[in-house]
Amino acid sequence: MTTASEPYVLNIGPQHPSTHGVFRLRVVMDGERIQDIDMVVGYLHRSMEKLAEERTYTQNIPFTDRTDYLAAMSNNLGYCLAAERLAGIEVPDRASYLRVIFAELQRLASHSMANGTFINDAGAWQTPLMYMFREREKILDLFEMTCGARLTTNYMRIGGVAFDPPAEFFPAVNALIDELPDRIAEYTELLVDNEILLARSRGVGVVSAEDAINGSLVGPVLRASGVPWDLRKAEAYCAYGDFDFEIPVGHVGDCYDRFMVRLEEMRQSVRIIRQALDGLPSGPHKTEIPLALRPAPGEAYARVEGPRGELGFYVVSDGGPAPFRFHIRAPSLINLSLLREMAVGTSLPDAIVTLGSLDIVVGEIDR
Amino acid sequence: MAGRLRRSLPQAVVAETDEWVEVAPDAIVDVVRWLHDDPDLDAAQLSNLCATDRYDHFEVVYHLQSLDQNHQIVVKARVGEHERASLPSVYPVYKGALLQEREVYDLMGVRFEGHPDLRRMFLWEGYPGFPLRKDFLQITGHHPGLPHFPFEEAGRQER
Amino acid sequence: MMRSAWLDPVREPTRRLSPQVLAPLAVLLVAFLALNVAIAVLIVSGRLDGHWYDFRDLGNAVQALREWLDDRTADQPGWLSDLLGDHWLSYIVTALIGAIGILSFVGVVLLVLIWVERRLIGRIQVRRGPNRVGPFGLLQPFADAIKLIQKETLIPRGADRFMFYLPPVLVFIPGLLVWAPVPWAPHMSYLDINVGVLYLIAISSLSTLAIFMAGWSSNNHYALLGAMRTVAMMISYEIPLSIALLSVVLFTGSMQLSEIVQWQADHNMWLGVLMPLALFTFFFSSTAELNRTPNDIAEAESEIVAGFHTEYSGMKFGLFYAVELGNAVAVAAFVGTFFLGGWSLFGLEEWVPPYLVFALKIAAGYFVLVWLRGTLPRFRLDQLMMFAWKYLIPISLLQVILVAFERSIFEHWDVPGVIPLALFTIVNAVFAVRIVRFWARFLGYRPERETLLAPTLTRSVGGLQAAQRMRTVR
Repeated sequence: MTTASEPYVLNIGPQHPSTHGVFRLRVVMDGERIQDIDMVVGYLHRSMEKLAEERTYTQNIPFTDRTDYLAAMSNNLGYCLAAERLAGIEVPDRASYLRVIFAELQRLASHSMANGTFINDAGAWQTPLMYMFREREKILDLFEMTCGARLTTNYMRIGGVAFDPPAEFFPAVNALIDELPDRIAEYTELLVDNEILLARSRGVGVVSAEDAINGSLVGPVLRASGVPWDLRKAEAYCAYGDFDFEIPVGHVGDCYDRFMVRLEEMRQSVRIIRQALDGLPSGPHKTEIPLALRPAPGEAYARVEGPRGELGFYVVSDGGPAPFRFHIRAPSLINLSLLREMAVGTSLPDAIVTLGSLDIVVGEIDR
Repeated sequence: MAGRLRRSLPQAVVAETDEWVEVAPDAIVDVVRWLHDDPDLDAAQLSNLCATDRYDHFEVVYHLQSLDQNHQIVVKARVGEHERASLPSVYPVYKGALLQEREVYDLMGVRFEGHPDLRRMFLWEGYPGFPLRKDFLQITGHHPGLPHFPFEEAGRQER
Repeated sequence: MMRSAWLDPVREPTRRLSPQVLAPLAVLLVAFLALNVAIAVLIVSGRLDGHWYDFRDLGNAVQALREWLDDRTADQPGWLSDLLGDHWLSYIVTALIGAIGILSFVGVVLLVLIWVERRLIGRIQVRRGPNRVGPFGLLQPFADAIKLIQKETLIPRGADRFMFYLPPVLVFIPGLLVWAPVPWAPHMSYLDINVGVLYLIAISSLSTLAIFMAGWSSNNHYALLGAMRTVAMMISYEIPLSIALLSVVLFTGSMQLSEIVQWQADHNMWLGVLMPLALFTFFFSSTAELNRTPNDIAEAESEIVAGFHTEYSGMKFGLFYAVELGNAVAVAAFVGTFFLGGWSLFGLEEWVPPYLVFALKIAAGYFVLVWLRGTLPRFRLDQLMMFAWKYLIPISLLQVILVAFERSIFEHWDVPGVIPLALFTIVNAVFAVRIVRFWARFLGYRPERETLLAPTLTRSVGGLQAAQRMRTVR
């Protein structure tokens, strides 16, 4: 007797626990095996690139919060760097250091969320997520203390940062970075050699270094594939050249390596923050810029190493008060380029784990 | 870089500055492949791909980068007509162009010939117009375009 | 400074009790101790034994009630005896008492355990858990139930309506029936049949049908996938589960649950200690049957939303949820009965009510289940299947063979029972450890060969060439 099966289409999302937002996967499956995968995005499309063309350079900063809502500081930073490069504005040292501190705090918050949701996707019922949220909450409290907002920080300004942190910020952040290595060690102990996590994530969603470079993968996903590429070292924007830190590089390029790279990056971020706090120069925290900035016609592409990788802002000026063209190079979206290669032929749980390890943020995919 | 490119691929380079090279749209795949294969330039990764509407033409910008050499190459291609804007796809060279070219097609309306899966991405098939074009909506005093957002009128009637 | 104190229980301020509260508490404590002393005196003097008011054994009360009722019907007219039998009244009344007991027990336990599970998981996950409705959030399950009952019942348009209505009810029936043969105390069992083990295996597989029905009738791919996974997994894991019970039956020589417990009480030996491999097999297979972590692939919420009950809402979902919890408690009860000595606790059951001992064991088992749920990630379907067929079934079969030999030695060796039992305990423990290692290696598991590589740290950036360089250095 022969049995036959025919493929069927499974719609994962737009509302689904592990798509992390309104993101939809159309999966053609044969039983539990994935034959084809296609992503449907745009549910969160707010047309930010168009909106930005009608607003002044300063007015555009809050938009960048809302793209990658888990890493608002990095987005602010990337956009401000682009605008500064376009207008030729120098940033005071103190502002650069503060930018580094907040961008690294944001990376810690974002990576803890990414690792937590990744293990949640692997099936641990929210416990690691809650553990990691505990630390994330404290970082968000620091943000709130400094700029009054937790997620949509709107903290960086063209020419510096909006506020100097209040006096009580420094003891709090010192206490936090003293505590964080212990916490990260705790996660390592709990998760790194968990046999089930290993069984689920090793050898799943493997991307070779060649494919990762060719497929424009960036950030922890690229580094997990074995490519030592980090814009903080390569471009040394802000004050990153002053600090001593290392780039974690994975071995195989599977989901487990991505998880481990993120975990190690959290450690390195703590290192950077500690150095930045020690060496924080005094002085003004921003340069005064004209309210209606009118850069000379030209274009600038500035990129930062966001938590999800190379976060680029391409800004074109025609001499007016608003950008002529404003484009965000969204790492979440472009990291999905190889999703089909990673997922086809595997089973549904593997695809979910792979998606979780890519750490997408739908606000950034759709913009 | 532009000089070497001019020697290797004559007719390809249209204009150049310190920051970028503008190449002929038909030659974009050859140029990109040459940049990708050249051991000194080694443009291994397509970092960013986007398009700008310059009213009379589109400017498609490729930010290529070499990870080993740690430098960036900006290549531009000018696409002429608004109605039939099209350009060869660089997907055969860079797999990372898959979604970026789809995005440019969706929002700017530049067709990429040879792209394996060129569909609208954020908007749905049949959406009228391409929103990032400057003439998509009319802004009083700035430029002409559609008087209101597509489907705005239809939505009002339904209600 | 703004602090998220509510996220961190460590920072929770400790509440101190005021003297006005402490004084009555002290009085109550003294009264409680005095009561205990009085009870101890009663027990030691033997004045409690076997009477209907012997609180240590509710079975005595039911027994007394049955005898009293039999006295009432002793002079019933002959035609009634012909029609209904001699003891019809006592049969009906005691059956009703048992049924009401099970129903109310399961109901109350479910309501309490929803709260317990949520509080425990909250504690595991460094958060508070429900604490708003009632004292310590104790009324939360009632609030949930009221909410679920009030909700509109949604039925998908493409669903098979009749088949869609049936499964929540069908799944509840075995959920209640499994409780029937559980011995709570020496005479306290609703249905002490001599094929209790077979009854359990038969009843527990009934719910597969209901689950498959639910998945099929929902007309939803998630539900169907969940149902298929459930069926595949339940069928696979029923085999190691039954084999584990086979060792128990072999060694105790009985399929009657009360006899199995009695054997453990008589020999002062828990079967879980005697055959740890069977305990593990039974427990792991049960988590698979229950769809609980790490085997909750049938309702893996990160993959297939809620599995077979994706489309169910309102009290239909509530019933599925309640049955799932109830089955978890039932599994804890069976682990307690078969492997942890049931109501016996090395003679202590003479002093405290046996059903309390048993309840304690259930609570312990349930705690382990909740603990697992709060801790572990989930396996993949093919990994679980492989684990059942290639791992659990062979090693539990070997275990059965070993137990069979031990049983015949136990029967024919003419020494006090302690000696062979102690010997078998050691042999079985060694066997369990060795076979687990050996079989894993036999199947190709070599943890020492694949070292866990932490990411390499580097200070220089680069692309493909740097990646290849790093690869060769390693």
